[in-house]
Amino acid sequence: MQEKNRGLALFTLLVFLFLLGPLIIISFTSFEPGTVLKFPPEGFSWRWYENIFKVEMFLTTFKTSMFVSLLGNLLALVLGIPAAYALSRFSFKGKAALNAVFISPVLIPGIVMGFAMLKYVIIVYHLPIYAGLLVGHTVLMLPFIIRVVASSLSNFDFAIEEAALSLGAGRFATFFKVVLPNIRSGIIAAILIAFLESFNNVDISVFMTGPGVSTLPIQMLTYVENNFDPTIAALSVLLMIITAILMFIIERLMGLSYFTKR
Amino acid sequence: MALLTLDNVSVAYDNQYILKNFHLNIEKGQLISLLGPSGCGKTTTLRLIAGFLEAKDGRFLFDGKDYTRVPVNKRNFGFVFQSYALFPHLSVFDNVAFGLRLRKVDETEVKKRVQQILDVVSLGGFEKRFPKELSGGQRQRVAIARALVIQPDLLLFDEPLSNLDANLRINMRVEIRRIQQELGITTVYVSHDQEECFSISDQVAIMNKGIIEQLDDPATIFKYPKTEFIARFIGFTNFIDFAERTEQDGEIGLRVGDHHFVASKNPGTANPAGKKCAMRPDDLLVTTEEVVDQNMNQLKGSVKVSTFLGRSYQYVVETELGDFTVNQEMETPYKTGQKVNLLFPKDKMVLVD
Repeated sequence: MQEKNRGLALFTLLVFLFLLGPLIIISFTSFEPGTVLKFPPEGFSWRWYENIFKVEMFLTTFKTSMFVSLLGNLLALVLGIPAAYALSRFSFKGKAALNAVFISPVLIPGIVMGFAMLKYVIIVYHLPIYAGLLVGHTVLMLPFIIRVVASSLSNFDFAIEEAALSLGAGRFATFFKVVLPNIRSGIIAAILIAFLESFNNVDISVFMTGPGVSTLPIQMLTYVENNFDPTIAALSVLLMIITAILMFIIERLMGLSYFTKR
Repeated sequence: MALLTLDNVSVAYDNQYILKNFHLNIEKGQLISLLGPSGCGKTTTLRLIAGFLEAKDGRFLFDGKDYTRVPVNKRNFGFVFQSYALFPHLSVFDNVAFGLRLRKVDETEVKKRVQQILDVVSLGGFEKRFPKELSGGQRQRVAIARALVIQPDLLLFDEPLSNLDANLRINMRVEIRRIQQELGITTVYVSHDQEECFSISDQVAIMNKGIIEQLDDPATIFKYPKTEFIARFIGFTNFIDFAERTEQDGEIGLRVGDHHFVASKNPGTANPAGKKCAMRPDDLLVTTEEVVDQNMNQLKGSVKVSTFLGRSYQYVVETELGDFTVNQEMETPYKTGQKVNLLFPKDKMVLVD
């Protein structure tokens, strides 16, 4: 039987309010009929939701964001799955160091990463903005892919691979017929979590975007600097819904505890 | 001509030799076990035969062909793993069908052969189950069926029973022997369990530190071990290191200090270099009486420890040649410190390297 503690319950409630309060406020204000962001709203209207689709830059940058996040995701998978496989399957010199390197982008502040990318990718190699953005987001997603895929490989019995080999499967057939199907949910979770990281990213994107090319979060920042209407609130609500849906799928697939355990 | 030959094979990790100049011949249709303590190289030998490992030197011949560089997936050997290694995402049917489908066998033929082999391992009706819905024994039978259905040229077992409980182990080893004999398939079986190996094998190879110390049928090894290591491994606990060995009147004379022993000639004493005598605790006798018997060697001593074993008593007897362990059935045991005569039957003395 669990003990009841009113003080603790109140405290927990306050923490949740503190965390969720801004989101709730944003959600309310997004329905404001007037032209200025207000809380509490003075009525109810879908006006600013409609406005999202009227601002052309939102649509353009949404496409850019999707493109960069999806293609970058694909690139990160192509690089990350073999890396995760090698890190789980083989033991070799410098493995621990390599592990640390692959995880380091998670530990380094985004602003540092972004600045480093600008200085050493864009400036040195003169990459076009689009390509630079793609590289930046691939690097951003890679550690998440490696981490999540490696973690699902850690439960994989590699004798199963040998079993497939002994039954006549080649190396590639073994990987695609036996290894991949058994880490599928891990890979899907990796795709989703990396997508969210990339799609919502500001601090790296801000260095990699330039004239004419921008991502949605950057465009939202720019918009807020010049306008004070509730469009951004409405857009934020939409993004929250998308994120919530994706998180729900991840939770269903492997449980969120997957990402907090060491 | 042997079906399988390992010829002068060496395997090394980081310049540490696991097998060095290793030889092994296996005849067609036989079940041969590799037995030994962990680290003796038995699993390495098996994985080498399977093709999971590559030899550093030497050749592996199979059915007259050089298999040394043939990759695992081209060997057509069935392998049964200690952890079963079933494919968790596939049903029993698909697990067993895996190898056939890779061989592009026609689907109706696949169905027929999978059914057939599932009947052989008594798993008919389990086709739709998944590995996690099976017990350990059932999983192991699926693993065996999966390895058998491809009609392998050789069947390899890596400690297949060590994850099962004791009763199931005995049932499964009878099962494995039955299937192996029914299909007449040449089999290499690795285990560290002596009883398991002895009960199912045609030949047992006892390995130690990367070499085979003895390769014989189980009964011969049990009676006539060739080396001290094997003797200790299979339950010989008493040893006498003799200084001199002579031939006399069709028997073998042995001497250490003032003690003279005689051993009869038999396969166990045939080794001309053997001067170390090994004896099982069950073969020695303890008595307090003076014995005159041409067939016994005698040694005086005193009881150091006496333990009750249920059916018999176990004595540790202290003598000039060291301590000896003896198991003997009797009503009233000897007391600690009592002076006794130890009797060594001439025909039970085995001379080892």
